[in-house]
Amino acid sequence: MQSSETVSERLSQVIEDNKGLDGPCLPTLIAITQEFGYVPPEAVPMLAKALNLSRAEVHGVLSFYHELHTRPQGRHVVRLCRAESCQAAGCEAVAAEVEKTLGVKPGDTTADGEVTLETVYCFGNCALSPAAMVDGRLMGRATAERVLGAIGKSVKAAE
Amino acid sequence: MMSEEMKIFVPRDSAAKSVGADEVAAAIEAEASKRGLDLQIVRTGSRGMFWLEPLLEVEGRGGRQGFGPISVEDVPALFDANFEGGGKALGLVEEIPFLARQERLTFARCGIIDPVSVEDYRAHGGYEGLTRALGISQEEIVTAVTDSGLRGRGGAGFPAGIKWRTVMDAKADQKYICCNADEGDSGTYADRMIMEGDPLLLIEGMTIAAIAVGATKGFIYIRSEYPDAIATMKEAIQAATAANWLGYDIQGSGKDFVLEVRSGAGAYICGEETSMLDSLEGKRGMVRAKPPLPALQGLFGKPTIVNNVLTLAATPTVLAKGADFYKNYGVGRSRGTQPFQLAGNIKHGGLVEKAFGITLKELIFDFGGGTRSGRPVRAVQVGGPLGAYVPDSQLDLAADYEIMAANGAMLGHGGIVVFDDTVDMAAQARFAMEFCSVESCGKCTPCRIGSTRGVEVIDRIKAGQDREKNIALLEDLCRVMTDGSLCAMGGLTPMPVMSALKHFPGDFGLPEKKSVTH
Repeated sequence: MQSSETVSERLSQVIEDNKGLDGPCLPTLIAITQEFGYVPPEAVPMLAKALNLSRAEVHGVLSFYHELHTRPQGRHVVRLCRAESCQAAGCEAVAAEVEKTLGVKPGDTTADGEVTLETVYCFGNCALSPAAMVDGRLMGRATAERVLGAIGKSVKAAE
Repeated sequence: MMSEEMKIFVPRDSAAKSVGADEVAAAIEAEASKRGLDLQIVRTGSRGMFWLEPLLEVEGRGGRQGFGPISVEDVPALFDANFEGGGKALGLVEEIPFLARQERLTFARCGIIDPVSVEDYRAHGGYEGLTRALGISQEEIVTAVTDSGLRGRGGAGFPAGIKWRTVMDAKADQKYICCNADEGDSGTYADRMIMEGDPLLLIEGMTIAAIAVGATKGFIYIRSEYPDAIATMKEAIQAATAANWLGYDIQGSGKDFVLEVRSGAGAYICGEETSMLDSLEGKRGMVRAKPPLPALQGLFGKPTIVNNVLTLAATPTVLAKGADFYKNYGVGRSRGTQPFQLAGNIKHGGLVEKAFGITLKELIFDFGGGTRSGRPVRAVQVGGPLGAYVPDSQLDLAADYEIMAANGAMLGHGGIVVFDDTVDMAAQARFAMEFCSVESCGKCTPCRIGSTRGVEVIDRIKAGQDREKNIALLEDLCRVMTDGSLCAMGGLTPMPVMSALKHFPGDFGLPEKKSVTH
């Protein structure tokens, strides 16, 4: 566990590193996400102060983008594409099996903090649909077995 | 016996990697060292024949011999056979019909060269366009782009030359070139392939644009779902800068152009140009009202060219080979080539660069080989999530901006998503509304609220509740969204919805012949 002092020191550093950019608010929030895996609550007032913005403005940016999270993600992140190309290739059945096995809906993390499941609209892998991304690795022609296998789990047998 | 300098080409394209290209490359390296063989593995982009990925190529007699799709288990046998013949041998890659029948201008190098090698790029005709641009006036560059008939490849099809002229003529202390690489439409991946397979082409195109209009700073806005494209673009920018093809005093011309990659953070709407500009400014990606045009008041209020990846990537060809060369491809007012992308339920999914005018049927069957499931094609969505669903009876449509529009469809960014006869078109219509409700920026009411109401109305129709009344309501709602939305998100979401209703009324519980006025 990091002490809060360390978190704010690390935040200050990330904010400082990105301050010189044109339009720094979004790139800084992305950099914070890369550093911490999410945007810690204390980042909002710190970034607002550093950029001379209101907290509301920073919160507005933070809440607009699907990939900026205000809570830590699971140790594994499973992202399933649910857009048209993947629908045409059967992504809904893959998603249903993954949801059932993990016991979570898209956007949620398993109770043990192990896996976060997310819906994404398009990875640009549409000739090899359905597409998934598991812990940052893109997977083509995804099946529930391969997606779950990548995080060391197997498909829950039908009831 | 294998020659000492044997070269093996394995794609580093993220789609190829998604089916094991990295593992295959590692297996080749391990096998070579086990056998004490000297070979060089070159990581390239993809040729765009994804059903053959991982597609491995070996320099051989008469050109590159292809092998695919290769798995790790296939590797020892390839070595045993000295990379000659075998069950996975495809012959000369250039002669594979899918590739041989294409007209590759923009994608001429993709899959062939090391994407981040300036030397490789130049050996294959790279930087000829920029070299020519540096020797002529701004006026002449813009005239060449105008005369080529090049239109914006992002979907709207706006003539690139007109946009460039507006920015060139604008007076300002700072101008920007912004590349829209927020390729969010399902069924499209051409931008990604260029950024991963021939990023220097995009850099060259942006540099030509910068010199043409007097801009010194550029941004490439890449969606966060494309981590490989972001990394490769950054690598290529470094390589181009190191070779003085980017940065200050480019090739001793006295011209400066600095380029920066910016990542999105998962927001489909940021592919809309004004929303992208707000996002580049670090803000929420809210759509702006036009006018003012971004060409006059764009990024940070300065004159800005906003072009799609494929538009900018077409300009080096226009400059290197002349406007007439480019213009001689295509039909009507759609000039040049379009990289079409075959996606969804398709047997041979991949990238087909062809002159405008090819029919959907030729693309789906002659190139794509029909559905992957082997079932009949029922519907095809052309132009992304905001594009119409075209029924199988209309696949004779030519891929041309005007012909598609005249038939209530749109070409968009050239993505073609194929569905077989198991598709429920009412569910697809519902998804179009749902997608809009999730991805709307929320600025205008028809899009923000209309999309949510749309989902509800379609649910009622599907449940058989007051079906005729709810159909009328849906049609009315779609008209309001079309006429009243600020941008294409709300304005075009009715396209997939109404086309599904028009062509597949049975899926909505209506008699098959119900005609819909829209």
